[in-house]
Amino acid sequence: MSRKILLNSKEIEIILHRLACQLIENHNDFSNSVLIGLQPRGSFLANRLADLLTTEYGIKQLQKGLLDITFYRDDFRRRDEPLEATNTDINFLIEGKNVVIIDDVLFSGRSVRAALTALQSYGRPENIELLVLIDRRFSRHLPIQPNYKGRQVDAINEEKVVVHWKETHKKDSVFIANK
Amino acid sequence: MKQLSVAHLLGIKYLIKNDIDLIFETANHFKEVINRPIKKVPSLRDITIANLFFENSTRTKLSFELAEKRLSADVINFSASQSSVKKGETLIDTVNNILSMKVDIVVMRHASVGAGVFLSKHVDAKIINAGDGTHEHPTQALLDSYSIKEKLGTVKGKKIVIIGDILHSRVALSNIYALQLQGAKVKVCGPTTLIPRYITSLGVEVETNLKKALEWCDVANVLRVQHERMDIKYFPSTREYTQLFGINQQILDNLGKKIVIMHPGPINRGVEITSEVADSHDSIILNQVENGVAVRMAVIYLLAQQIKR
Repeated sequence: MSRKILLNSKEIEIILHRLACQLIENHNDFSNSVLIGLQPRGSFLANRLADLLTTEYGIKQLQKGLLDITFYRDDFRRRDEPLEATNTDINFLIEGKNVVIIDDVLFSGRSVRAALTALQSYGRPENIELLVLIDRRFSRHLPIQPNYKGRQVDAINEEKVVVHWKETHKKDSVFIANK
Repeated sequence: MKQLSVAHLLGIKYLIKNDIDLIFETANHFKEVINRPIKKVPSLRDITIANLFFENSTRTKLSFELAEKRLSADVINFSASQSSVKKGETLIDTVNNILSMKVDIVVMRHASVGAGVFLSKHVDAKIINAGDGTHEHPTQALLDSYSIKEKLGTVKGKKIVIIGDILHSRVALSNIYALQLQGAKVKVCGPTTLIPRYITSLGVEVETNLKKALEWCDVANVLRVQHERMDIKYFPSTREYTQLFGINQQILDNLGKKIVIMHPGPINRGVEITSEVADSHDSIILNQVENGVAVRMAVIYLLAQQIKR
C-alpha cells in the first residue's frame, strides 16, 4: 500500500485554528450554537475543536455532543460486514439551536444525510452547518456540501483518504492510500 | 465479528456467551434511543414482522410490538383466539399463509414445547421464540440478566434464586441457562411438587426453605404461580403457599442485607409477593419492563441484520 502525506501535524494544527476562528466568526460566543461530532471518527475532530475554542479562544459553556448514526444509515442489510453501533452522547435538546455537524472526511455525503435524519430525534434546530477536515470533491452521491472545510482533495475513487489523530496513532496526519 | 452465532432466537440453550454480550451492548444503544424525545430509529423500514400469539399475552406482546415500531418495522398481529386455528388449520399452514404476505420475521408464542424449533425448520423466516409452553422464554431471560447487570454492574459471580413454580415456568429454564452462561450461581426454591425432578442435572441447587434461600442470594427472581397450567393440585391452598413461599417486607428486613427483587409479571399481589415489597426501592420490576423493550429491539435488530435482500 503506497501512502502520500497530505497534511502533517503542523499543517493540521494551523487548519484547526483557522476552522475555530471561522466558527467564532459565525457563532460568536456559541450561546445558541452546539457542536455535534459524528461517531466514531468525527468525534476526535469535534473534541479537538471544542478544546481549542474553550482554552485558546475563551468560549465559555460550549455545548458539544457525539452522535452515532448507525441506526439511520441507508446501507443496513446492504453490506457484507455488519454495522457496529457506538455511543451517542447528547445531553441537551437542539430545538432552536444552530448546529454544526463535524466529521473528518466528507466523501459520498451519506453519513451526513443519516446525521441530518438522526438529529431530528433531538428537536428542530434553527439551522445546521457542516464542518469537515477533508472534503473529497467529485465523489458525492448526494447534494451535500460543507460550510467549513480544512482541505479540499481531488482523489480518485480507488484511493482512500485516511486521517490519523494523535489520540489513537500518536501523531496527527492525513494521507492518501491506494486501496 | 459483531454478529449473532444463531439464525433464530429459539432459546438461550442455543446461544453462546458472546451472543449475550452483543445483545446487551446493542441494547445499551437502544436504551439511549428510547429515552430520547423522539424514540424511534429508521433501521428496519423495509422489514415486516408478524407477532403470532397462539397463547394469551399482554406485556410480552406489547413489548415486542413497541420494540418493532421503535425500529420502524411494519407490524402485523395475530391472536389464536380470533383466528383460523380454531377452524383446524395446522401451524405450518397458518404461518406459510402469513409469510406469503412477505413477512421477514416471526415472533411466536405457542403452548407447545419446541414450536419455534419446528417452525424454523419448515418456514423461510427468522423466528423469535416469545415463549413455547413450559420450555423457554429467551427474551425474558435476556432482559432479566440485563436488568441484574444494570443494577449490580455484573452478572458473573452473583447468586440468584428463582422462587416459585419452577415446574411450569419457561422463565425459570431460560433464566437458568442465561445466568449460568454468564457465570452466575443459581438456586431454585419452591414447593417440592413444583420443582422438576431432574433440575439438579442443570447444575442448579434446590432449596425448599425460603428464608435460607433469601439469606444466600443477591437477587431473588419471584415467579407467579401459574394456576392455568395446573391440572392437579400441587399445594394444599394459596394461603399455605403464601405462608411458606410468599415474600413480605418483614422477611426481607430480618435478612440483615439488601437483596434485589425481580418478578417477570403479572404479579399476584399478596400471593407470591406483597405490594409493599413489589413497590419498594429494592424491586426492579418496572426496570425489567423498560429494559424489555431495549433488549427486544436489540434481538430484532441483530437478527434483521442477517436477512439477505
